[in-house]
Amino acid sequence: MAKGIVIDISRCTGCGYCELMCSFMHHDEFNPLKSRIHVSIFINRSMAVPVVCYQCEDPWCAKACPAGALSVEKDPKGSTSVVKVLVDRCVGCKMCTLACPFGCITVTDGHAEKCDLCGGDPQCVKRCRTRAISYAELGEAAAAKKKSVAERLAVSFQEA
Amino acid sequence: MWYGWTGNVLRVNLTRPLVTVEELDRRSAENFIGARGLGVKYLYDETNPAADALGPGNNLIFATGPLTGTGAPGGSRYMVVTKGPLTGAIGQSSAGGPFAMAVKYAGYDLVIVEGKAAHPVYIWVDDDQVEIRDASHLWGKMTTETESAVIAETHPEAKVACIGPAGENQVLFACVMSDTGRAAGRSGVGAVMGSKNLKAVAVRGTRGVRVADKTAFLAAVDAAYRKIDNEVTEHFHQIGTPGVLSIVKELGVLPTRNFQTGVNPDWMKLDGELLAVNQAARKKMGLACPACPVGCGRVSRVTVPEFRGEGVGPEYETIGLLGSSCGLNDLNAVSKANFICNEMGMDTISAGSTIACAMELYEKGHLSMDQVGLPLNFGNAKAVVQLCEDIGLKRGFGAVLAEGSYRVAKKFGHPEYHMGVKKLEFASYEPRGLQDQALAYATNSRGACHIRGEAQDLSLYGVNYWRVTMDRNLGPVDPLRWDDKPVLVADVQDWFCIIDSCGMCNFQFFLGMNEDDARALIEAATGIDMGGYRGLMQTGERIFNLERLYNLRAGLTGRDDTLPKRMLEEPLPEGPAKGMVVHLSEMLPQYYKLRGWSPDGGPSRKKLEELGLSWEGPSR
Repeated sequence: MAKGIVIDISRCTGCGYCELMCSFMHHDEFNPLKSRIHVSIFINRSMAVPVVCYQCEDPWCAKACPAGALSVEKDPKGSTSVVKVLVDRCVGCKMCTLACPFGCITVTDGHAEKCDLCGGDPQCVKRCRTRAISYAELGEAAAAKKKSVAERLAVSFQEA
Repeated sequence: MWYGWTGNVLRVNLTRPLVTVEELDRRSAENFIGARGLGVKYLYDETNPAADALGPGNNLIFATGPLTGTGAPGGSRYMVVTKGPLTGAIGQSSAGGPFAMAVKYAGYDLVIVEGKAAHPVYIWVDDDQVEIRDASHLWGKMTTETESAVIAETHPEAKVACIGPAGENQVLFACVMSDTGRAAGRSGVGAVMGSKNLKAVAVRGTRGVRVADKTAFLAAVDAAYRKIDNEVTEHFHQIGTPGVLSIVKELGVLPTRNFQTGVNPDWMKLDGELLAVNQAARKKMGLACPACPVGCGRVSRVTVPEFRGEGVGPEYETIGLLGSSCGLNDLNAVSKANFICNEMGMDTISAGSTIACAMELYEKGHLSMDQVGLPLNFGNAKAVVQLCEDIGLKRGFGAVLAEGSYRVAKKFGHPEYHMGVKKLEFASYEPRGLQDQALAYATNSRGACHIRGEAQDLSLYGVNYWRVTMDRNLGPVDPLRWDDKPVLVADVQDWFCIIDSCGMCNFQFFLGMNEDDARALIEAATGIDMGGYRGLMQTGERIFNLERLYNLRAGLTGRDDTLPKRMLEEPLPEGPAKGMVVHLSEMLPQYYKLRGWSPDGGPSRKKLEELGLSWEGPSR
């Protein structure tokens, strides 16, 4: 099963460290607008929600790309599956930005840009103190989520 | 080439009106770093410290540091620097949040506002494009309403700092509010903004901040980060500053009934744990300013019909002053009063302490029911909530309290009931049981302030990893001892000049970081060589001495470095620090000597030369 960035909204404080580190690692500057991961903060709901490319199996962005600049890359061991931008081919037409339902691909500095999991060592995850984002086996993450929901159900059942 | 700093100063003259951009003075940047230091440097050079704080001759400076906007932990602070109308001394108030980042990303280190607009305006900074817009329709609006209105009129990504009715009405302790509930709270910076007819500053920035040495900066960030990632940080994240209450009460230094005692037997009713569970919109889960690994903020909700409301806070100081010091042991009422202060845009510390001062005057018969309009006994929750609103609107007796506790106590013939220094009210630490805090209160440039030199961190939190104590092989610092305090307070004050100038939040520094971590970050970001630990401390000392010069030229003297009679003469009546007074007369001469100041508190010519400062002002 492939690994990916797993988001736990209940842990996010909205500090945006992920954004800062992403832009710094990929653009040598601290600038949230150039980050590939984004955090939206809803103060009145006391919530913050990180959003990043989900690395679709059959990505809309790739389908829309007229230049063939987007492709799914799986490593031979099957531990990662990444939607990648081939910068040489990209013409910056922005079709991908229209196609992506999540707004997770942008055109910055002339070509399409999106999360590439930093080659299997995502830098944003490294600096998230509350572990709102983690890099994990997606299957295990789903199982853990099921279990946590089940636990909450069990508690409320006892209380009731 | 500028790294860390953007190298640009935005100057907005509201009188003419005229907007200009100039290059930041390189020498000033290297010698005064940013935020607090650079702000006071520009203010000292460009204005007359003796000018009226609320007149057009005073400048209002929004200053960021070289680490603001970077990934330095807590690197999202800005400092409002101006002459404080409450104190007549240098006023510097800091807040964290996206607004600070936006100023940097728009490309400015400093935004200097000069003069006075003919009618209410707000400033809209969209990267290079700067407009002065009419704000007549916003005048009178509360702070959160103002913020959303300005965002709707400008850009969804705009970040806003603004004033509420308290700032407009020039309440002497009005603050500047930014990013829904963050406050540059003290010394009345909001009143200065109001005096300029400036309702808000909105900023959108799309550029980034670059650093001089990427590898070194990343290493410094990771090292700092590892230090901060500890249990105390996690506790601070879950409970926030209100968790401080349970530490402070252990030492018997929780201000109670206008500092008549340091013991409040009902402290549990105000405890941070209670707040985090009962009121926090998310239980034990803080919200963070940008780039902060701690996340100490929270939104609270009160459902009791009498005090129903919702908003950011309350913080520990608010609970101490609007709560305990007013004899008010009801978190619901304290939160409500806090929400009102946030909406009005005024300092909860000074508001709480001023009400507490009036309560003591009332209980001791120096103030009558006719004068106040309602019974003002300690613990009267309705009165506290009502007065917070009246102060902001300068309505009824609120107009009297809007002048702060020094003027209130003096007006009613008992100046000794003012609990503060240089007319600024004490924060929520009883000085008699914390001799370090006492000396810092007496000597801090902006008055009785707890964060411009947190010497109490050594005794209260047992911080033992700063070089200030490590280099002296000091073990735990005893809060009741006074002979060791002059040197510690002077050093910690210099050290905090660096923290407050670099653009980081000082919380990172009692959760694990020290002088070397700060220096590594500043040097990697800017590319300058600070000259090791000694150079760093000398830069801090330079900033502190320049603030002193500002104050002296504004008309303050060494006689203002004092504490209320109660602290100097009346022993604490109970608790762990029972029997203590502040030993100021023993500490102060020693402190002046260590600083190289004369017995009346003025820096010697030799000291000034050593620091590259001069009385004459403009030297940059």
